[in-house]
Amino acid sequence: MTAGQTAPPGGVPGAAPQRPVSGDPAAAKPVLTAAEVARAVDRMAHELLEKTGGGADVVLLGIPTRGTTIAARLARRIEAFEGLVVPTGSLDITLYRDDLRLKSPRALEETEVPPEGIDGKLVVLVDDVLFSGRTVRAALDALADLGRPRAVQLAVLVDRGHRELPIRADYVGKNIPTSLREAVHVQLTEHDGQDAVLLGPARLGPGS
Amino acid sequence: MKRHLLSAADLTRDDALLVLDTAEELAQLTERATVKKLPTLRGRTVVNLFFEDSTRTRTSFELAAKRLSADVINFSAKGSSVSKGETLKDTALTLEAMGSDAVVIRHSWSGAPVNLARWVKGSVINAGDGTHEHPTQALLDAYTMRQRHGRIEGLRVTIVGDVLHSRVARSNVLLLSTLGADVTLVAPPTLLPVGVESWPCESTYDLDAVLPKSDVVMMLRVQRERMGAAYFPSTREYSRRYGLDVRRVTTLKDDAIVMHPGPMVRGMEIAPEVADGVRSTIQEQVANGVSVRMAVLYLLLGGAESAIGTPE
Repeated sequence: MTAGQTAPPGGVPGAAPQRPVSGDPAAAKPVLTAAEVARAVDRMAHELLEKTGGGADVVLLGIPTRGTTIAARLARRIEAFEGLVVPTGSLDITLYRDDLRLKSPRALEETEVPPEGIDGKLVVLVDDVLFSGRTVRAALDALADLGRPRAVQLAVLVDRGHRELPIRADYVGKNIPTSLREAVHVQLTEHDGQDAVLLGPARLGPGS
Repeated sequence: MKRHLLSAADLTRDDALLVLDTAEELAQLTERATVKKLPTLRGRTVVNLFFEDSTRTRTSFELAAKRLSADVINFSAKGSSVSKGETLKDTALTLEAMGSDAVVIRHSWSGAPVNLARWVKGSVINAGDGTHEHPTQALLDAYTMRQRHGRIEGLRVTIVGDVLHSRVARSNVLLLSTLGADVTLVAPPTLLPVGVESWPCESTYDLDAVLPKSDVVMMLRVQRERMGAAYFPSTREYSRRYGLDVRRVTTLKDDAIVMHPGPMVRGMEIAPEVADGVRSTIQEQVANGVSVRMAVLYLLLGGAESAIGTPE
């Protein structure tokens, strides 16, 4: 998760003041509707199949919490299109964050590596929003501890710009130019009761 | 804010569940995903300050700290300046001057960690103080119960044996009552502490009456090293009235588990067949100890300030 996104549920009690706070989603305006989110995921699934030569050897690893959900959806669409079951899991990056020392320790999210493992595979990391790139950097470190993939690619539902590291996505659902005063909220039915991407004002917390 | 883990009573329900959930994710990472080393505490120094003998607790803390990439200094009273007459305070200040971020202390004096917490700048973790407390043992016991039973709330936990000298019993009673389990202490009258009525648990002298109702039976070692007098007539009589033998185990519920914090005296408080039986979680407790201590170290030292524990 990067600053400016919707905060994950189940955070550390008492940690609220240290965490960068997103603006109120109620004050945000929609930039993607449910149908557009679905279309973006479908297109990413097609692109993934195209770019990986049919999706053989691909392992999808979502970054909790919403990245995991999007990874599962991509896997379902790939199965619907090609009948291919892609191994899917999740990769928690909390212990690899570069800002760990700056705030109160966070609760850990689930890391679930598919039984096939990741050695020699084409790992596609999946997250909801690509922002500074620091989450992806941490994910690359975490991945290196799990094994040695043949290659690593990145899929994100929203690329909002403002990179702080030389990182780019291979598959992007929607490029949304933003200012640092704005926050992107990705809402997914599994977590928020509806599918939408909202753009609203950010209340920037300390350290963000 | 600097924080410590001195007593199981320091942990709120949310704190305790955060430790258990964190330990579960760490176990998943280190056991199933086979990540042997996490970078999280790189550059932090943990001092293991052990004034009493210990096998599992010291190695468990050492392994936990090393798996999180912390530097570990092991200090035991034997072979140190303590044997030349150095006080606890001077020893602690010496170690602190070398730049320790946390001190894990075991001491025969009840309350030594509380004093230490006043003297040093880093976090203090109580790894057993006299007959007082052993909070990480209680956490790993709770973790093991949750792993086997899927819950802690509403479990009937029976703790049997030398409660008087047991820091494990005291910390377990405090933590388990926070987490909503029903604890019953069973011991001969001489081995129940004065004032046990005020603890958040029941107590009885009759083991056979409570066994059929128990979900968890935790056996304690008779701590002869802390006994200056005879607390019971003979080992044989103690064993017959308070030992967990094969016959008593048959009166347990089908899914009841048998725990022991170790070290155990086979044939005294627990029969060898029971210690090695399918209900026994003794080896699991040891393995879980590493994950739970990793969680405690991460939550105390991983960030700018601690997520759990006693405020300064």
